[in-house]
Amino acid sequence: MKYETVIGLEVHVELATESKIFCSCSAHSFGADPNSHVCPACCGMPGMLPVVNRRVVDFGMKAGMMLNCDINRVTTFDKKSYYYPDLPGAYQTTQWFAPVAVNGRVDIETSAGKKSVRIKQIHMEEDAGKLVHDISEGTTHVDFNRTSVPLIEIVSQPDLSSAEEVEAYLVRLRTLLRYAKVAECEMAHGTMRCDVNLSVRPEGSDVLGVRTEMKNMNSIEAIKRAIEYETARHINAIENGTEVLVQETRRWDDAKGKSYAMRSKETAGDYRYFPDPNVMPVVIDDVWYETIKNSVPEFPEVKREKYIALGLTEYDAERISESIMLCECFEEASEACGNPKEVVNWITSDVMRILNAKQMTYEMLNLDNKAFGKLISLTLDGKISRANSKKILSAMFDDRAIEPEAYAEANNMLIGEQNDDLILGIVKKVVESDPKSVNDFKNGKEKALMALFGKCMKELKGNCDPQQLKVILLECING
Amino acid sequence: MISKDVVEKVAKLSRLHLEEEEIAQYADQLNQILDTMAGLQQIDTDGVAPLAHVLPIENVFREDEVGECFTQETVLANAPEQSNGMFQVPKIV
Ligand SMILES: [Zn+2]
Repeated sequence: MKYETVIGLEVHVELATESKIFCSCSAHSFGADPNSHVCPACCGMPGMLPVVNRRVVDFGMKAGMMLNCDINRVTTFDKKSYYYPDLPGAYQTTQWFAPVAVNGRVDIETSAGKKSVRIKQIHMEEDAGKLVHDISEGTTHVDFNRTSVPLIEIVSQPDLSSAEEVEAYLVRLRTLLRYAKVAECEMAHGTMRCDVNLSVRPEGSDVLGVRTEMKNMNSIEAIKRAIEYETARHINAIENGTEVLVQETRRWDDAKGKSYAMRSKETAGDYRYFPDPNVMPVVIDDVWYETIKNSVPEFPEVKREKYIALGLTEYDAERISESIMLCECFEEASEACGNPKEVVNWITSDVMRILNAKQMTYEMLNLDNKAFGKLISLTLDGKISRANSKKILSAMFDDRAIEPEAYAEANNMLIGEQNDDLILGIVKKVVESDPKSVNDFKNGKEKALMALFGKCMKELKGNCDPQQLKVILLECING
Repeated sequence: MISKDVVEKVAKLSRLHLEEEEIAQYADQLNQILDTMAGLQQIDTDGVAPLAHVLPIENVFREDEVGECFTQETVLANAPEQSNGMFQVPKIV
């Protein structure tokens, strides 16, 4: 019999705010001492009062708009009760009755074709703390730095049917949320986490099979492996009766390539959701809604088409539109220098080379894009040599404040007309010191000219318009 | 009707240990609470939006700015057991 896999995803994304969702502790504790980013509110002290971080709502709304959701104009927070040491209050403040965004859609494309994945809802909530097991035997240690770091949970409908579709969905989600600049979405950093709800049924059946939930996948590749494994396990159980499938939460062990039962799944009723009386309802008026709506960026496809219309190849347009940081770099630099094709060449060569050398992702690009455009203009105008422009660009990566023309001038990299005499002096010196090359050239060896040219350029430290140098060199030899 | 089983389940979810006589006692008390609530259920609430908060307060926010935290020492001051800068609890998996 043929089977189909039915998959729904719950994706947790850490929002890129400075402070936590309900208190002013820093949300960034990477490398910090344990329990050093903690206050009474986020370690659940009696009498504490949570106050909502406005930017969390901004980002929640914006994420909802990116995923074509309806925004709930009255959105409220609820308590989800469960006892676990990573939750100091024995409940998580989340959204159950009126999540910020509902009824969305994410469009994906795979080898199986195009598909719309329905989004059930996006809710805002606080993260839990971190548990460290077995520092000493039989103990668990608790670090509350991560408690109350803002998250959104994006819940899809069970519309996915293969590992390939799940990958396409996650990549699309990541691209859109990065476009909106609301989240880093780096699975390796834990800023994007994914639980997979999966069941298997005979192809064409409309009855859902027994559903299991898998946790603890740290990369898209691991998620794909987990889906393949779990699908095979379900089919084997159905066909061969190898085991009785039960609704449960399972932990994926990527090293062993297996999933293991964790605990019997608590049902929604067991969480005893109820409105959190300490967190006031959020009412989104038209002004607020429109402000966020207006900050939603163009989608990648729109940018790609625009770039193709500007004369970029499809390949380049696709590459640039992959990341909002590259888009901004391209658009702002093009505006500053008026030459989009040249800008894209610089981005796909120099910028990408430097990012690679510095082991930076596109998202870490922090150039002053206008200054970058100016640098391209100066180079095209022959005021800075191509070789020196690379050095300046590299310096601009480390220091956003660098203004290319001033920097070139301060470092003797600016090619000016007043340099003609200087160039002539150096050329004369080189020509006199190497009569053999001069003779070779006069006897028809073109390569000899390049040798002389190279020596001059070296003396000039690359500080010269090549055309200008060539003219002066030829005059000097022939004159 | 709150049965003994329901009390046991709620106690388990709340990680409470109850003795047999306590279970019976709490079942009684919880049933009294439910009876009282049953009176409220009589009220016609058709067309009344669910209430998220009892006071007419909404949109209480803070700006996204980082402020002072407690020191690790203060955070851990009330911990029954601690080590390595963390709260220490019996192993939970
Ligand atoms: Zn705090």
